[in-house]
Amino acid sequence: MSKQPVLTFTPEGIYCPAGDFFIDPWRRVDRALITHGHADHSRWGMGSYLATHEALPVMRHRLGEITAEGIAYGEQRQIGGALVSFHPAGHVPGSAQIRVEVAGEVWVASGDYKVIDDGLSTPFEPVRCHHFITESTFGLPVFHWQPQEVVAAQINDWWKGCIAAGKTALLGAYSLGKAQRLMSMLDPDLGPVLCHTAVENTNAVMREQGIQLPDTVLANKDVTAKTHPGAMVIAPPSALGSAWSKKFGPQETGFASGWMAMRGVRRRRAGDRGFIISDHADWDGLLWAIKQTEAENIYVTHGYTDIFARYLSENGWNAQVVPTQFEGESLDAKEDSGEVA
Amino acid sequence: MKAFADLFTAIDQSTKTTIKVNALAEYFNAADDIDKLWTVALFSGRRPKRAVTTTRLREWGAEVAGIPLWLFEECYPVVGDLAETIALVLPPNQTTDNRPLSQWINDLREVYKADEDDKKAFVLDAWARLGGTERFIFNKLITGGMRVGVSQKLMTRALARATDRDEAELAHRLMGNWHPDDTTWHALIEAEDASADASRPYPFYLAYALEDGPEGLEDPADWRAEWKWDGIRGQLILRGGEHFVWSRGEELMTDRFPELARAVDYLPHGTVLDGELLVWHAGEAQPASFNTLQPRIGRKTVPKKLLKNAPVVLHAYDLLEWQGEDIRHLPFAKRRETLEQACKDLPEDAPVKLSPQLPFKTPQDLHAYRDTAREANAEGLMLKRADSPYLAGRKKGDWWKWKLAPLTIDAVMIYAQAGSGRRANLFTDYTFAVRDGDALVPFTKAYSGLTDKEFREITAWVRKNTLQRFGPVRQVTPHHVFEIAFEGIQASPRHKSGVALRFPRMLRWRHDKPMSEANTLDDLNEMLRIYG
Repeated sequence: MSKQPVLTFTPEGIYCPAGDFFIDPWRRVDRALITHGHADHSRWGMGSYLATHEALPVMRHRLGEITAEGIAYGEQRQIGGALVSFHPAGHVPGSAQIRVEVAGEVWVASGDYKVIDDGLSTPFEPVRCHHFITESTFGLPVFHWQPQEVVAAQINDWWKGCIAAGKTALLGAYSLGKAQRLMSMLDPDLGPVLCHTAVENTNAVMREQGIQLPDTVLANKDVTAKTHPGAMVIAPPSALGSAWSKKFGPQETGFASGWMAMRGVRRRRAGDRGFIISDHADWDGLLWAIKQTEAENIYVTHGYTDIFARYLSENGWNAQVVPTQFEGESLDAKEDSGEVA
Repeated sequence: MKAFADLFTAIDQSTKTTIKVNALAEYFNAADDIDKLWTVALFSGRRPKRAVTTTRLREWGAEVAGIPLWLFEECYPVVGDLAETIALVLPPNQTTDNRPLSQWINDLREVYKADEDDKKAFVLDAWARLGGTERFIFNKLITGGMRVGVSQKLMTRALARATDRDEAELAHRLMGNWHPDDTTWHALIEAEDASADASRPYPFYLAYALEDGPEGLEDPADWRAEWKWDGIRGQLILRGGEHFVWSRGEELMTDRFPELARAVDYLPHGTVLDGELLVWHAGEAQPASFNTLQPRIGRKTVPKKLLKNAPVVLHAYDLLEWQGEDIRHLPFAKRRETLEQACKDLPEDAPVKLSPQLPFKTPQDLHAYRDTAREANAEGLMLKRADSPYLAGRKKGDWWKWKLAPLTIDAVMIYAQAGSGRRANLFTDYTFAVRDGDALVPFTKAYSGLTDKEFREITAWVRKNTLQRFGPVRQVTPHHVFEIAFEGIQASPRHKSGVALRFPRMLRWRHDKPMSEANTLDDLNEMLRIYG
């Protein structure tokens, strides 16, 4: 085949020669299509940004002055020789898979995705394509997520236990997406929900754009265990155990992440409790999504790439590992960049 | 299984001792004797006979999960624990089972005798029946190693609370050679005649490291000093015409050190000595180095030649039982006096020697001793308060070990591998090299000494700087320099570099050093010449 592929993997990121644009580039480029607002996908310094209307407010909040344009899910747009559209990825509110069609050949770059409905993000929609780029953060058969209501019950039970023991519950979660998902899982009758500034700022942006979130209180300097007894505090993991967290008095800490599925990680990182909940697809979710696309060619990035690609190859797909630069999404690697799966 | 699983979860998810002790004590108050007995056994490393091989477990696990075996094997190093890997790959299941722990263990004992098909049917049925933590525990009953954040000390404390018995006495009862298959809760914990088992050792008293030197210890006259020998800590028991040798890890080593059998000829029965097993050649003024002892470690039976080349003696430094009496409560000075009496007539060729005390007046004297410890084939000094009783376990205040500063070398990290257990999914095990011209020669592995934060930082770096993968091992861009500390060095034809290090670990990450300033193979060989 002499014709150029629709999408290529370059040192700047995923590139579309026909449309002359990049998807989630990590170096400065003129034109960037962004799947979602997390820092490892939406970086500063691009000439222009294109993202869903739902993703833009958070991106603007984080990146400041940017030249950006919004697009609706499903809306088609011609960029050079490429026909482009954004489709729900279910990862966080506003997250998208990006469909790129050139001369009848369809590629989908799925960014980060999960296939269950979290009640907050527009649910994942499979997009039929010939070539599918998939993450594999949790691409091992040891990862099986419980239904959201099961985890919600675990978290609420823990909170009740903390209240009974006269303690504050502190739950560590990434401020965009996971934090809002968790607060929507809490039983509002148990007590007040306090949010760290980083979380509350994101809440404000989301409320502004019309996303329904439960009532929360900004945990500013006047808010303590005394003013808000029996509270649940949601904060970035780095804030747990910091000087800031002391004011909540006797406390238990919990951590919510897919990595908590592994006992070793749980013991290392969880504090008092680890809750297994992720905004990424689990093993069955990844396989289901891939089947739904009906794609024959799968490009695996982010995570257990080699293993996942080998499994796909043995099961009839034409799968390959995307040459990296992409790699680095374990709990620990991400945390230092502020991201938690 | 549910009650035990709840206990396990409560202990496992907490880092706080009080919560763990409470959970254990509550369990000990409620459970049946046989379940309590097995719980104590499991948490102290005992387990039922292995009913099923791990090979079969892996195969059946993969089969039930509907994944190829190679994929299962890829998951194992990521998770870091076989029992957990199987529990995780199987289809999720939230059911629980109320049959008690001891019944599951009984069933496993029955299955031990069954044929392969019945074994498989039993295991698959258990997997279908048990969900979550219970499934993991079931697997652990088979694979062993129920390691959970419960130290012997913590369990003893909980037992003391639940049974209203003395903690030190319980610690002693739990020592040694018992197994749930041939004792009862009553016999182990409650029966008056606890000394029925002649082989039962006393809990070892362990010292804390002295970080700041002896200046902080008040009146020197209150203290006694000895060499800290560089061998294997051992307890020699002479009772009822028999002798037993125990390691600090509660391993019975009697057959490994047949030399000590002759101790019964020189010392009376009803004697228990605490000391160090060392290689000592007849006529020499001091013990041989640890390197000489190495071939004896791990050998269950000793060939004649080795017995001749590396003869072992017990260097006694404490007396725990004398004339059948437990004298651990007596002050150290008093025990020592009796020990000296007991050893005063020992002939030159006896397999027990008295470890000398080092007279001193001032902290400067102690510094002077320590500075020559390496020449004495010791690894530092032991400082013991003259009036200290012999306590159980690691206790602060009366006994201190004041070790030599380790040897160090600056080396380049060239391979990294993910750890397991608590360190699953984190690159913590590294291979280091020294420079040899333009080449890098690997010479040691190390996997401890850094903080969690440093391990996280390196993990992120490894992911971005992998040159090649060999299964779980990654070759990384040679770049980072680490200061490696170690206790000893010896020639080793099995290693590419020609040397083997003793207890290597990372002392610090030398951000300040470029690779070009790492040590060379010549430097390493020079250290071998001096210290090997």
